[in-house]
Amino acid sequence: MILSKIWTGMVLIAILAALFLGRGTHLGTSVLEGAQSGVTLAISMAGAICLWSGVGKLMEVLGLTRHLSRLLRPVLSRIFPSTRKDPKVANCLSANICANFLGLGNAATPMGIAAIRQMKRPDKPGLATDEMCRLVVLNTASIQLIPTNVAAIRASLGCAAPFDILPAVWITSACSAGLGITAAWFLGKVWQHD
Amino acid sequence: MIDYLVPLILFFTCALALHKKENAYDLLLQGANDGLKLLISILPTLILLLTAVYMLRASGAVELLSSILAPVFRLFGIPPEAALLVLIRPISGSAALAVGADLMLQYGTDSLIGRTAAVMLGSTETTFYTISVYFGAAGIQKTRYAIPAALIADFVGFFMASWTVKLLF
Repeated sequence: MILSKIWTGMVLIAILAALFLGRGTHLGTSVLEGAQSGVTLAISMAGAICLWSGVGKLMEVLGLTRHLSRLLRPVLSRIFPSTRKDPKVANCLSANICANFLGLGNAATPMGIAAIRQMKRPDKPGLATDEMCRLVVLNTASIQLIPTNVAAIRASLGCAAPFDILPAVWITSACSAGLGITAAWFLGKVWQHD
Repeated sequence: MIDYLVPLILFFTCALALHKKENAYDLLLQGANDGLKLLISILPTLILLLTAVYMLRASGAVELLSSILAPVFRLFGIPPEAALLVLIRPISGSAALAVGADLMLQYGTDSLIGRTAAVMLGSTETTFYTISVYFGAAGIQKTRYAIPAALIADFVGFFMASWTVKLLF
């Protein structure tokens, strides 16, 4: 539903802006150009996406997330104190974060949902706890070792070194996750109810 | 060193699979097949959204938006050309991909703006979608400060993407 509104809004804004700025001819041709470029983009990303999905499948079968999880435990117990008592939550949480890290989106989401369900408080089932908010912030900060989609787009546009952005991506997501968690910690202190 | 990261990941995952007596090649093929299905499932979305993005660009609406938001963006050192990407990133993942790809095409993948767009895409998530999936599945109605905290994380992402690209390249 939300995309219906966004899409209609984008088209309407484009028409209004073209009328206002007198760029009707450009607007007309852009419709077909845009549709065509959707296909071009998808095809040019195809190779990288298929290859990386293959690697993802291997990582899944090999259980790499489980190995990575062990390294993560000390950090995790600081951000999520309840994982010290509850190994089930700890497993789901670390699997969620590690799967995100390796770019296995399909494996990450079910694990995150399982973790958040176990964090529910029986007395207040509809209320988000501090740990739930932190989990969501960690998931929206996208800590990923190799952002394949972006690298695929760059490669498809003829970039000589599509992976040269990796250090910048790592620094940026580390800062955004770190400050996001800090912000959540502060907000948790002042935002006690609802 | 970074040039070897992806080839080494390819080698080590396959070698480990062989060591564990798994059929590495077969698994790669299965995964690639899944990737193809994923691609076909996002293709219609990409076509529709890129049509809208191209229309916005051709109409001059993107330039207008950038020039309106430019003072705020400059204050934080974020390139104003990325305005549409920043606005759409938390709402729709495929729309952001379309806008980002368009920025890289227009300005070049190795330009300041192209690289900033790439880092922004790689280091942020579709915040509202993620929040609705997780809280929806767990039946949480009172989300408290989850949205503001996640949006702060997004903002830090956009800010740091601009600065890391400026400082590292």
